[in-house]
Amino acid sequence: METSIWRALLYLVGILAFAGVNAAWLGWCERKGAARIQRRIGPCEAGFAGLLQPLADGLKLMSKQLLVPQGVDGIIFRVAPVLAMIPAITSMVVIPFSENIGARAMELSVLLLFALASIGMIAILLGGWASGNKYAIISAARSVSQNLAYEIPMLLTVITVVLLSGSMNLREIAIDQQGGFWHWNIFRLENGHFLTMWISFIIFFICSVAETNRAPFDMAEAESELVAGFMTEYSSMGFGLFMMGEYLNIVVGACLTATLFLGGWDCPFGKTPGVWWFVLKIYILIFTFIWIRWTYPRTQIYRLLNLSWKILIPFSLVNLLVTAALIKVF
Amino acid sequence: MTVPVHLRHDETFVLNLGPQHPATHGVLRVKLTMDGEYIVKAEPVLGYIHRMHEKMAENGTFAQFMPNTARMDYLHALAFNHGWALVVEKAAGIEVPERAEYIRVITVELNRIASHLLWWAAFLLDLGGFTPLLYAFDDREKIIDLLERVTGSRLTYCYLRFGGVYNDIDDEFVAGTRDFIKRLRGRMPRLYHDLVTHNIILIKRIKDIGFVTAEQCRRYGATGPVARGSGIDYDIRKNEPYSVYPEFDFDVPVFTEGDSMARYMVRMHEMEQSMRIIEQALDKLPGGPVMGKAPKVLKPEAGYYYSAVETARGSLGHRLVCNGDKNPYKLKLRSPTFSNLSLFGEVAEGMLLADALAFMGSLDLVIPEIDR
Amino acid sequence: MSGYLSDIVTGGKSLVTGLAITAREFFRPVVTEQYPWEVPTMTPLFRGHIELIGNEETGEPNCVVCGMCQRACPSVCISLDGKKNESGKGKVLTRYILDFTKCSLCGSCVESCNFNALRFSRDYNLASFDKNDFTMDLMKRLEEQNRCKR
Repeated sequence: METSIWRALLYLVGILAFAGVNAAWLGWCERKGAARIQRRIGPCEAGFAGLLQPLADGLKLMSKQLLVPQGVDGIIFRVAPVLAMIPAITSMVVIPFSENIGARAMELSVLLLFALASIGMIAILLGGWASGNKYAIISAARSVSQNLAYEIPMLLTVITVVLLSGSMNLREIAIDQQGGFWHWNIFRLENGHFLTMWISFIIFFICSVAETNRAPFDMAEAESELVAGFMTEYSSMGFGLFMMGEYLNIVVGACLTATLFLGGWDCPFGKTPGVWWFVLKIYILIFTFIWIRWTYPRTQIYRLLNLSWKILIPFSLVNLLVTAALIKVF
Repeated sequence: MTVPVHLRHDETFVLNLGPQHPATHGVLRVKLTMDGEYIVKAEPVLGYIHRMHEKMAENGTFAQFMPNTARMDYLHALAFNHGWALVVEKAAGIEVPERAEYIRVITVELNRIASHLLWWAAFLLDLGGFTPLLYAFDDREKIIDLLERVTGSRLTYCYLRFGGVYNDIDDEFVAGTRDFIKRLRGRMPRLYHDLVTHNIILIKRIKDIGFVTAEQCRRYGATGPVARGSGIDYDIRKNEPYSVYPEFDFDVPVFTEGDSMARYMVRMHEMEQSMRIIEQALDKLPGGPVMGKAPKVLKPEAGYYYSAVETARGSLGHRLVCNGDKNPYKLKLRSPTFSNLSLFGEVAEGMLLADALAFMGSLDLVIPEIDR
Repeated sequence: MSGYLSDIVTGGKSLVTGLAITAREFFRPVVTEQYPWEVPTMTPLFRGHIELIGNEETGEPNCVVCGMCQRACPSVCISLDGKKNESGKGKVLTRYILDFTKCSLCGSCVESCNFNALRFSRDYNLASFDKNDFTMDLMKRLEEQNRCKR
């Protein structure tokens, strides 16, 4: 891989554009999706089908005063929203959009993604803590215990994928799955891996919903209990950055799921692979996120931890053992 | 000198829930003493929307208080209308034509369904499910349209009059009501039960949470679905029948578990029973006038009068004292949610914040009615 | 243990059912009314603020200044004045002010009127930045209506 300055610039602009467009228009998708599920129209006034709504929202947020209440920890309070945004954008560096599109193919890209995902959690913790608001602190504490609980099963299931592909490089993992949907990790036919991998997929998907703080696991911003959770004291773009960070986390989660389990940029029917397949897959996954959010009521923090420690972790451990055994036997 | 928080041995803190909070559905304030996410002590603070309705009754004529009744429990306004009409009719000895009684029952029961639908929607909103709200509002909208046709207003109805009702119902209303019942029965199993009632997240959220014993209900005077969810078989419509309720065949759903799920199920079943009452009333609907003979200026004889009705939230009692004048000497309302809310402090102790709010949602609070 | 497993199975099933229901709703038509573009039909009994009814021929208000509406009103929103009719007997209306800020639209006034002099208007766009806009002179309103009729 040649490393010219132009390539770096191109990817910088490309990733920022991709992140920005997604962060803005996923809000629109969410509102439209929710509206359709609830049999409403949703945003429809600003531009065609309300497509300019994110711009209007952004302008409105930017024109608001960025309030820093008395008694908050000033620096941390200001840093937290930025910290929510940066790891999500940085994660995109290692995501392979197709065989040739991908900023950087690192050997340990899976590990890097998880490290960055944890920083997102720290942003919530810092934001909640610095606000000096009781609701925000409760929310921060919740989000930490939630993220800790869900990172374990998530990593355990990722290990099954890593075992199968023998690599921690996302690009290698995707290349390993080329050639039609029967090669994808989720349906992998050879050596009977389809027995365990779909369980891995479900566990991974549940965990990624929980990791991105999405309903029904949105403990940190449970508006009927904690007003707005860690975002209670944030106004203007401080709030806007948290929202954008949340959407970018969803994008990263969807990209990761698509790469690890759904063959990355591979065509399901063994035809020409390409970046469009990858994009299609991630948007289907993102729609599923939205769909889930607008279907279920919220869980409760202890039920959520129970789900992780009593169901997901035992299942993923057994799953990991069975996968390892299958690899050993065949 | 105050000790800084981090040096205090006692690590509890006070969380002011409300008066502006998404979960309190109005201006209720609950002072919570919390230990982490556990509630050590919960103390509801009332009075943020106290409007002196009882005093206002003393200052106006009997008829002038009718619009006020609808503004207390704005979700089951017709039952409050009914309660006031009943006690004044009792005091002044006014006869109500049979058709008017039937129309009262039909509209009050329709309003009860609307109230339960809105409770269901708001309860799910408390639990973080937004979509069911819109489905319930879709159905509720149909009821409101029907009631708007006959009463002229959409929420704070002022429809009942001493000696009858304000306006007769027409064939279109009857047909519309039948259509609505058919529609709700069709939608109930899927959109209400499959989507929500049987949902594992909801079950885990409200089953075995917020236990209220029958003894507690008696001690605090809790009525309505709260008492019926704790195994107390008490419904004024059955136990102290008024109006034409004895003529209908309906059940009073009672659940003995006493948890939030039981209260949830009581209300879901009550909607079905209300539909049964409406159907029977529509079948039997007699002809005749809808307004009996009532004097323009009411001057009931001096004395004490009491009558109670069953609203969507429990029993509503009107205690009326007359001194022979054309306005009440004293009026005391016994409103259901005031007693139901009183339970909260005792039951919420030791609960998690999230569970306590789910429990509060299951009590079905309407704040203006608590404060009056 | 059996409870644990059956919870997972039935729970999972209930979650899938939920998704199926919302997916089906997703493709069904919209039920909401787009208010400023679509206006719902008003029922005949719609209660707006009150207005005076004019005589069919002369356009003069039907009101005989009996004051029943004023007495019936629970919120004291109505104030009216009349003077002696110069040509015949009875009184004619000179001033009819409705303080709509206090009105709760109960309709007691319309009901109490025995002379067919009051009715509910069909106005519903009642929003203003100025409180004084809601102190309505119903005589003026009637005059305007008469002018429009002509």
